[in-house]
Amino acid sequence: MSLWSKHAILEKNSIVLVIGILIVIAIGGLVEIIPLFYLKNTIEKVDGVRPYTPLELAGRNIYVREGCYLCHSQMIRPLRDEVERYGHYSLAAESMYDRPFQWGSKRTGPDLARIGGKYSDAWHRDHLRDPRSVVPGSVMPNYSWLEETDLDFSRIAQDLKVQFLLGVPYSADMVANAAADVVTQTTNDSPDAVELSKRYPKVNVRDFDGNSSRITEADALIAYLQLLGTQVDFKLYDDKAHIR
Amino acid sequence: MANALASRKVMTIGEGGSALAFAVLAVVSIVVAAKAFTPEYAFHAYLFCAASIAAVFAIINRYYERPAAASPLTIGGKPNYNMGPVKFSAIAAVIWGLAGFTVGLVIALQLAFPALNFDLPWTTFGRLRPLHTSAVIFAFGGNVLIATSLYVVQRTCRARLAGEIAPWFVVLGYNFFIVIAGTGYVLGITQSKEYAEPEWYSDLFLTVVWVVYFLVYLGTIMRRTEPHIYVANWFYLAFILTIAVLHIGNNAAVPVSLFAPKSYIVWSGVQDAMVQWWYGHNAVGFFLTAGFLGIMYYFIPKRCERPIYSYRLSIIHFWALIFLYIWAGPHHLHYTALPDWAQTLGMTFSVMLWMPSWGGMINGIMTLSGAWDKLRTDPVLRMMVVSVAFYGMSTFEGPMMSVKIVNSLSHYTDWTIGHVHSGALGWVAYISFGALYCLVPWLWNRPLYSLKLVNWHFWISTIGIVLYISAMWVSGILQGLMWRAYTGLGFLEYSFVETVEAMHPFYVIRAAGGLLFLIGALLMAFNVWKTVKSARSTEPAGLTLVPAE
Repeated sequence: MSLWSKHAILEKNSIVLVIGILIVIAIGGLVEIIPLFYLKNTIEKVDGVRPYTPLELAGRNIYVREGCYLCHSQMIRPLRDEVERYGHYSLAAESMYDRPFQWGSKRTGPDLARIGGKYSDAWHRDHLRDPRSVVPGSVMPNYSWLEETDLDFSRIAQDLKVQFLLGVPYSADMVANAAADVVTQTTNDSPDAVELSKRYPKVNVRDFDGNSSRITEADALIAYLQLLGTQVDFKLYDDKAHIR
Repeated sequence: MANALASRKVMTIGEGGSALAFAVLAVVSIVVAAKAFTPEYAFHAYLFCAASIAAVFAIINRYYERPAAASPLTIGGKPNYNMGPVKFSAIAAVIWGLAGFTVGLVIALQLAFPALNFDLPWTTFGRLRPLHTSAVIFAFGGNVLIATSLYVVQRTCRARLAGEIAPWFVVLGYNFFIVIAGTGYVLGITQSKEYAEPEWYSDLFLTVVWVVYFLVYLGTIMRRTEPHIYVANWFYLAFILTIAVLHIGNNAAVPVSLFAPKSYIVWSGVQDAMVQWWYGHNAVGFFLTAGFLGIMYYFIPKRCERPIYSYRLSIIHFWALIFLYIWAGPHHLHYTALPDWAQTLGMTFSVMLWMPSWGGMINGIMTLSGAWDKLRTDPVLRMMVVSVAFYGMSTFEGPMMSVKIVNSLSHYTDWTIGHVHSGALGWVAYISFGALYCLVPWLWNRPLYSLKLVNWHFWISTIGIVLYISAMWVSGILQGLMWRAYTGLGFLEYSFVETVEAMHPFYVIRAAGGLLFLIGALLMAFNVWKTVKSARSTEPAGLTLVPAE
């Protein structure tokens, strides 16, 4: 009787084989995933990171719907060329409210983690309408229908409620004002802008798509893009603070 | 009187229960369709409703048409195999394969010629790319796995499939899931988790289908008349079990409403990234590797009529493979905000994974010992052996790319796409083609229409694969190097769009490779069609099948 013959126990009992497989495949996942939920150094506390406004969240959902993540990453690696090309390397805290995360796995187009504020709203609108009108060598599809499609935000409060349920710190105030906040954020010189920026610090309030008569999907998507990577002030961020 | 009693037909619990369940689903679907927030979601609800009503009709109709007695487990001492669902899945695999390869060719051309996005929401690269990946991995690959696994488990256990309605629910339900997922992508319903894009309701439905698949599989093993569970079944079992665990873990989400297709994932940011690639890499490890190794362990020995090279190697490589694979996910997240310790673990286990992978390759290829001459005469066997060789190449390239310093160059570039396709086209598709070329003649009990066409398929596709992967190696490494190139004065040498423009010729070559691969698959579809339709029914020696019903 060699040890090899003991394997027959697994080969002759299907339930034992099933249990054996389950144990063997469980170990790696448990070791790698569980600590991420309690090790404090997984996500540092960083000032400035806030939940998305309802408009930005709606824009993010369009980004998800159109599969932007398939060609654009949102994760700047701490490599010299990336930091010089895109900006400060991405922090874990910057995607802490991202469900699901949009780090991506392919750069057919450039990284977008810090695209916010780099180009004007008009540039984004033209670029979405016809990318080759502003970047001749681009291979990106035209998304001209976004500025022609009204944004459906009638039920956006429900989205905030679900996110709250999952642990995103949306207040009752934020949920109650969700739909109104979409209108406020897309209105130039809105009187409610002050209230909005109390709820969501440093929020961009303006008509994003250059058409103030309607709130379109382009408004939402551009609001989201203009926010990306701008929440943390890297003049104040101390990257040595968490070194132990 | 006694005769009348014996022939009295009773509806089984399975028939009654499943008909009732589908009736309930039909009613729920109608309510959801009426109150759906978006027309796309209403469309899906109507599809669910129509499919449920069709299922109720099919189950009751089957009850009226079937004989009173249940299908016997054996006929004349031989197992009464149930090959109907296997036939369905085999044909579905061929059709989905053509669809998936075609969409792949379209999106390859879109990257070379962006006008082919046609300025319509439904035809943009962003919506078609998940359609391509899901069609080839889950529709084509999934149907090959279901067909072969349900065939192999019956033959190696010498037992009829467990359940009568359940196996049909698995194959039809799975293919219905594919339709829901695919139409959803085109209509913009996605949760944006790579290779897990379907939304919450499709995920729930798939979970039910998958659990039934597992029960059918395990139930058949429990019926076996052979004392040992054959090695191919270990791999299939690991594949079915692990995919269930991964699917549930990665798709944990809360829907915005019962009437909305949209949901939000329970995990966020870093944790979501880790869970996603724990899923994503093991979709490769268990769906595209363990399952297809199950195919290798049955079809290669069967085709070349030689036993598996080493029983002990199969034990070691099975347990080592499934243990190590699970750890490899973080190599998709090198240099990201994922903690370093997790990245290092991922890299270490990925490098170790090289060994059991090559253990499997050696066991597959060396099974030909004493039968090497068949490579010259049998193009089907040649296809399967070349697939194992591609498996060996891919599983060397993978560990190499998981080394952090290599990954810093390769990540985000086409090199990854090339690597995936050397595995997907060279390994997964080739072993699938080989298995289908074996399976179709066995199932329909007639010889393959043309071996010459198989030979053409092999060479056309092989040239296609070589064009594809070499184009992606060059474009990937070129792009990685251009991104990090500096001028003598210390400035970045290229703007991003210059690196995009440099990719154009390689994208054209890649599309040409994809076209050749598609042509090869069309030859296969024609061959399979002619085989199934051929009137000849001469039984090949030694491969006698008992009629299913």
